[in-house]
Amino acid sequence: MADTSPQDLKTVPLNDVHVALGGRMVPFGGYSLPVQYPTGIITEHKWTREHAGLFDVSHMGPSFLLLNEKSGDPDADHAAIAALVEPLICGDIKGLKPGQIRYTLLLNETGGALDDLMIARPADPAWAGSLYIVVNAGTKDADFARIAAASAGKATLNRADNCALLALQGPDAVAVLSSIIPEVAELGFMTYRSFPWNGTVLVIARSGYTGEDGFEILVEPEHAKAFWDALALDGRVKPIGLGARDSLRLEAGLPLYGHDLDETISPTEAGLNFAVSKRRREAADFPGAARILKEYGGELSRVRVGLLVDGAPAREGAEILDASGAVIGKVTSGGFSPSLSRAIALGFVPPDHAAVGTKLSVSVRGRSQSAEVAALPFVPHRYYRKPV
Amino acid sequence: MTIKFTQDHEYIRIEGQTGIVGITAYAQEQLGDIVFVELPAIGKTVKKGDETAVVESVKAASEIYAPVGGTIEAVNEALGAEPAMVNQDPLGTGWMYQIHIGDPSELDGLMDEAAYADFIK
Repeated sequence: MADTSPQDLKTVPLNDVHVALGGRMVPFGGYSLPVQYPTGIITEHKWTREHAGLFDVSHMGPSFLLLNEKSGDPDADHAAIAALVEPLICGDIKGLKPGQIRYTLLLNETGGALDDLMIARPADPAWAGSLYIVVNAGTKDADFARIAAASAGKATLNRADNCALLALQGPDAVAVLSSIIPEVAELGFMTYRSFPWNGTVLVIARSGYTGEDGFEILVEPEHAKAFWDALALDGRVKPIGLGARDSLRLEAGLPLYGHDLDETISPTEAGLNFAVSKRRREAADFPGAARILKEYGGELSRVRVGLLVDGAPAREGAEILDASGAVIGKVTSGGFSPSLSRAIALGFVPPDHAAVGTKLSVSVRGRSQSAEVAALPFVPHRYYRKPV
Repeated sequence: MTIKFTQDHEYIRIEGQTGIVGITAYAQEQLGDIVFVELPAIGKTVKKGDETAVVESVKAASEIYAPVGGTIEAVNEALGAEPAMVNQDPLGTGWMYQIHIGDPSELDGLMDEAAYADFIK
């Protein structure tokens, strides 16, 4: 992305809003997006942990995959659409309940991650036979091509990445959003539904990448400003840039594609075993199953760990050393944690150095700084758990 | 007492043979929240343009270069506990280090306040 000249950057539907708010616009996944607003990343970060942060994540790749010929039986139609995407990923899509979202990974033949993504089954039986799929910005063209090719002739992929995708995250998110659309309070974590609002339809998922309770909302471009304004009017809401989104996600211990995940890294190495669904493991019918199942059984050469770092932040690429000073791995994401007021990092090390409490060190500007393997997440998740 | 500026947005406040070095208000604004400052060792001799300190924002690390050559006489230890002073008062309490100026003629190549104000426009 570094080579992208400003005139090549795409703009999001809310570009003028960000500029008017004093957002510092930077290239991000091929788009011009606010990295921060005038109050700064630390203030924005803390506001999200304490109130509600409003993020523009329209650079991401929302889409809908629709079966060309439906049978009319909702379960059969869901099974048919699930069967088209499952050969690309390690998640159980067939087993999704109506309205349920699954975090999963697109894999190559050797079990490396081509992307991590969300796949959801519509709640409304009338929409059975379709899936709501959201992929990452940097990989979206390749992902969409892959999904479209795998389902060619049987389903049609409709990109919705011209729309605005907003995230409202933080402990006040549910109170804010339900003051506009009361029914969202009923949504469980990792479920979604469509809601009519002011002459449009909003696709609202209770999900996010900050570790907080919150929502991700797909809005048609012509309604994006009215919806942003409706949220921003609430005193509990502040606009938050992508800088704070990154520090929030790092504290939440969540991998970032292109950094903590790439085409050489398997879900098992990345600590994402939960994303390799049981039914798929038993059937061993996903790309790279031979490698991943071996790793699942314990044969791993590296695993993702969290590190508490003393002193200066250890950034991506910093070497991780064992107690004897030998290089054993690399930092894949690192920075400063505003919640903990200290440096934290994610990186990969051999499994025998991965136990919580293991004393390691990191090399920052040629100097060794002590670090310790920490439990993930660094800051506890506060996702909404529906009362039973 | 005069103050001079580099094209890399360091300032040096000159008091006789001593210079107090930090980054400008413009630079701290560009960097955003500063979370860590790495300072040089006292007694170290540096040449003009040498990397002398590092300031880290949430997003990235940026090097600070010596506006002139000389010997490091003192560093602002308070930045260890409060790096945000660089944001709050970059030309005051957010100073980074004090240098004994080796060759005062090196100051001639630096910008004065008016030239720097023009430079960042």
